[in-house]
Amino acid sequence: MTMLSLSSSPHHHNRRDTGQVMRIVCYATIPGIVANVWFFGFGILIQIALAMITALVTEGVIMELRKKKTERVLKDYSAVLAALLLAISIPPLAPWWVIVIGTFFAIAIVKQLYGGLGYNMFNPAMAAYVMLLISFPMQMTSWLPPLSIAEQSHTLWDAIHTVFTGFTSTGFSVEQLKVGVDGTTMATPLDEVKTALLQGYTVTEATTDIIFDGAYGKGWLWVSIAYLLGGLFLIKNKIISWHIPGSILASAAVLSLSLFLIDGDQYASPLFHIFNGSLIIGAFFIATDPVSASTTIKGRLIFGAAIGFWVIIIRNWGGYPDAIAFAVLIMNMAVPLIDYYTQPRTYGHKNKASKDS
Amino acid sequence: MTLTLLALAAIGLLALVFGSLLGFAAIRFKVEGDPLVEQIDAVLPQTQCGQCGYPGCKPYAEAIANGDDINKCPPGGEATIKELAALMGVDAKPLDSAHGIESVKKVAFIREDECIGCTKCIQACPVDAILGAAKQMHTIIIDECTGCDLCVDPCPVDCIDMIPVEVDSSHWEWKFNKVPAGNIPVRQVS
Amino acid sequence: MFANYDEIIERLSVNQLWDFPGGVHPPQQKSLSNQSNIEFLQLEPTYYVPVKQHIGVEGKLLVAQGDRILKGQLLTASEAPFSVPVHAPTSGIVAKITQHVSAHPSGIPELSVIIDADGQDTWTELKPVPDYAKTSKSELVERICDAGISGMGGAGFPTHIKTNNSKPLEFLIINGIECEPYISSDDRLMREHAWQIRQGIDILVHILQPKQVIIAVEDNKPEALETMSIACQQKNNYQVVNVPTKYPAGGEKQLVQVLTSREVPSDGLPIDVGCIMYNVATCYAIADAIVEGKPLIERVVTLTGKGFKSPKNVWARVGTPIQSLLLHGDYDASTQSSPRFIMGGPMMGFTVTSVLTPIVKISNCILVPADDELPHPEDERACIRCSACSDVCPASLLPQQLFWYSKSKELEKAEEYNLFDCIECGACAYVCPSEIPLVHYYRQAKADIRNQREEKEKSDKAKIRFEARTARLQKEKEAREEKYRLAAEARKASMDKDGGAAKDKIAAALARAKAKKEAFAKEAENAQNAEQTNNKENASELTASSALPKTKLMSADEDATKGAQSQTTKNDSFPKNSGDEDAAAAKKKRVAVAVAKAKAKKLAADKAKKENKEL
Repeated sequence: MTMLSLSSSPHHHNRRDTGQVMRIVCYATIPGIVANVWFFGFGILIQIALAMITALVTEGVIMELRKKKTERVLKDYSAVLAALLLAISIPPLAPWWVIVIGTFFAIAIVKQLYGGLGYNMFNPAMAAYVMLLISFPMQMTSWLPPLSIAEQSHTLWDAIHTVFTGFTSTGFSVEQLKVGVDGTTMATPLDEVKTALLQGYTVTEATTDIIFDGAYGKGWLWVSIAYLLGGLFLIKNKIISWHIPGSILASAAVLSLSLFLIDGDQYASPLFHIFNGSLIIGAFFIATDPVSASTTIKGRLIFGAAIGFWVIIIRNWGGYPDAIAFAVLIMNMAVPLIDYYTQPRTYGHKNKASKDS
Repeated sequence: MTLTLLALAAIGLLALVFGSLLGFAAIRFKVEGDPLVEQIDAVLPQTQCGQCGYPGCKPYAEAIANGDDINKCPPGGEATIKELAALMGVDAKPLDSAHGIESVKKVAFIREDECIGCTKCIQACPVDAILGAAKQMHTIIIDECTGCDLCVDPCPVDCIDMIPVEVDSSHWEWKFNKVPAGNIPVRQVS
Repeated sequence: MFANYDEIIERLSVNQLWDFPGGVHPPQQKSLSNQSNIEFLQLEPTYYVPVKQHIGVEGKLLVAQGDRILKGQLLTASEAPFSVPVHAPTSGIVAKITQHVSAHPSGIPELSVIIDADGQDTWTELKPVPDYAKTSKSELVERICDAGISGMGGAGFPTHIKTNNSKPLEFLIINGIECEPYISSDDRLMREHAWQIRQGIDILVHILQPKQVIIAVEDNKPEALETMSIACQQKNNYQVVNVPTKYPAGGEKQLVQVLTSREVPSDGLPIDVGCIMYNVATCYAIADAIVEGKPLIERVVTLTGKGFKSPKNVWARVGTPIQSLLLHGDYDASTQSSPRFIMGGPMMGFTVTSVLTPIVKISNCILVPADDELPHPEDERACIRCSACSDVCPASLLPQQLFWYSKSKELEKAEEYNLFDCIECGACAYVCPSEIPLVHYYRQAKADIRNQREEKEKSDKAKIRFEARTARLQKEKEAREEKYRLAAEARKASMDKDGGAAKDKIAAALARAKAKKEAFAKEAENAQNAEQTNNKENASELTASSALPKTKLMSADEDATKGAQSQTTKNDSFPKNSGDEDAAAAKKKRVAVAVAKAKAKKLAADKAKKENKEL
């Protein structure tokens, strides 16, 4: 009697597995990364390389310790993606140990200690970013000016040298690289505006600084647009749904617009908020991390809207210039509650899913 | 000095307010529930077999309510232990093998050729699942038999067997590795 | 919320339909098998006809082993409402009625009638209905039941129960959707026999009197749409509707929603929203039954998949083992690393456990996929909460929640999230990036919940019986005690009356009893010593005799018992049996033997247990 092979229906599968999905998300960040390299130098590539290596090694070791199938787990590219997202969020010339510690924290503690892929409550990249920000404020705020207005330019070799030793091959420190052609130390556009506001200037006056190109930071605008293209590519290919990015951008725009209309001097315009800083990256790549985001349609809209809200609030009244990480982490905590109250109505039932008639 | 007194008074007042609020809520919103013993008894499988060491399920339920271990019931098995753990707020322990092992459901069967009509098994059955009378044939009512095993020992001619209940397709639990002819079951991560 | 009748008619007339949420678009692969006409099979040497092929209870067997039967003869009779008879697929002899592997994913054997065909294929006497339009509704329903018709779309619901409707009916929906990939049996049936399907619909209309008939065909079957339109063109209230292809549009609940926007209530049936649905093959079978008097003994089965060298559709008789279909479609074993045969489609079909699995009334397809066509599933990964599953669920469930609760065995929560509303269509598992076999978990959870409910019912019943018994014993005890109390009082009263005389009587009786006991014990001792010296080997007898004086008298030693027994049984040992011990002497001996044997066995077992414990 031949043994017949048994399996449970369905026997058909659409052949798009987790690894593929994660990889496509990685590919979608390429336009943004290219734009970043163009405007701010090669540092970001070093960070990405370091992050990916650390992530793979960390996850591999932990999988061995947990006695799981290492290769199959690594092949789901989730560690790689988390590493990538963290690497593009930190200053390009941060020392090598910053990204290594951050990635290790993200993979080992935020992801694996909570149970591995699918069980972590917080977005690993953002939790690691916040940890780094709080622990190493100096290194995490050493953003570079766009190459076009930097006093000191640097090559790829310079970048590698700086990341590993703190100095370029010609001996300049990161501090010196931050100096713009006008002699002052540069910061990000958001930081610039926030400091200026605290000093009593209006937004318009703040944006006259050389790092600005009209209302937008030089380079930052193009980087954001490049990431936006990547994000739209993901939506078109049904990797992510439009609900989270759409609601984040909409909510941020609405709130900042209302504030802008109330007092245009104190509050920056919506477009300023959207295209400066990492709101686009946050909306399309970070908040859409499926494991830590809400799962129901209505829940996603609420999740996104709340993130947009928090970003604007923290940017205007909080202690840090950019707020994506904090906003995402706050909403990660609220996800189980949101999921419970936004269940869809099941076919054939009159009321909400869990409360039956 | 007055500041300290003021602070103490304020805290004291707050404590009083919240305390009375809680007290009121405890009375006003009190949930009427089953007494604990009834709830535990509802979880137990009612085989009345005595394998737990108590003469029936209700006495064991009372014992559990008084703190006895929850892992003494083999017919209930792991599912019952889990439910009791949730109910009593204790950790679920594996079944205590001193009281028996969890096995497939069985029902008793009397080999009628050998039955002598002594009614000993009828007296032993806790749920009256044996039909018969003195010097008349005894037989098991399968639908009522809980598989408790208590009739086997009293029988003087040892004519009672415990037969496992066979699973039919409407009770199949979709465990592929138990299907007679198949190999390569569905791969699952446990 | 839902559309009313007029709105629906208006929209249908311009082919404007509603939609159901979710759904997937797997590659259809229908062209593998729908290119050629339905073929006929050669007669099989053996047919395995399961007795139950529908939802409900099996019928009562009418045949026995060795009976000669004719094609179409009743093998079982319908005795209960939810019972549908089965018929012989050909003429021959009943070889056996026994447990045979069932057409079910478990393969658990079920009662089947195994028929050895005689090759003649002689029909039994057919009794068609001469003019159904003049026949009563109840008689037509009975004929449908007697013809053994149950839902041929896959559910197997007894058709006569569905047809015996007394609620208001607006829409009679004929389901020609066939949404699952690969299957083309309904497609070919509609193309080649649209006229007979139309006849079946006419009969149903006569019985059910709906306001409107909707014949729904998916848009990937243009030829079938055309033939059905032509077949139904004379009738004004028959509307052929073109439904956009999406899996699972053919599901009963989903199709009702697409055509009428109404949702079948969760604990109800389509008739609750004014609809009744039949598969086209069922209509064809109804026409066969009423117009020609033929029972349901064969159906169209699609043989498809790259594992077949010549995929096609065939008329297969109920009871045909799969192995002959494999031969007919030219099974190519080299396409599969290990043989895998699916009965049904790739989304909802089940793998068969044996090549002798028979075709039943609901088998619409045998799918034999090559390994590269439908690859074996990999191990599942962790759920990444991507919600691709809830995006495609046609019942708007939250499959990821159901999965977490099913996996962690929190069955109450799974039920709360409407686990039983899942139609097991497989769309969720189809899209899951982590390749989790979601539907498998739900089936296990559902089976566990059903079994638990049953056990709860049983334990509740057992509890009631136990409490009743305890109460009864308590009452008996009280009655007994009452009796003793009264007796004691009466005795005391009588004693006081007599005075000292009663006391003397009692003392004398006590002395007598004591003397007898002493004589007894001495006799027992003598007999025991005699046996000990005589039968040293017969250990069991010794142990038996050493247990109690009573038992010794019942020992296996015939010499000892013959004499003593008749004496003592009369007086002391068996006061109850003093009536008829003469007639029962032989029985008692038998009993005694058995009891002693059992006792010995028990003692030996106890001894062994003790020894084991000490070890």
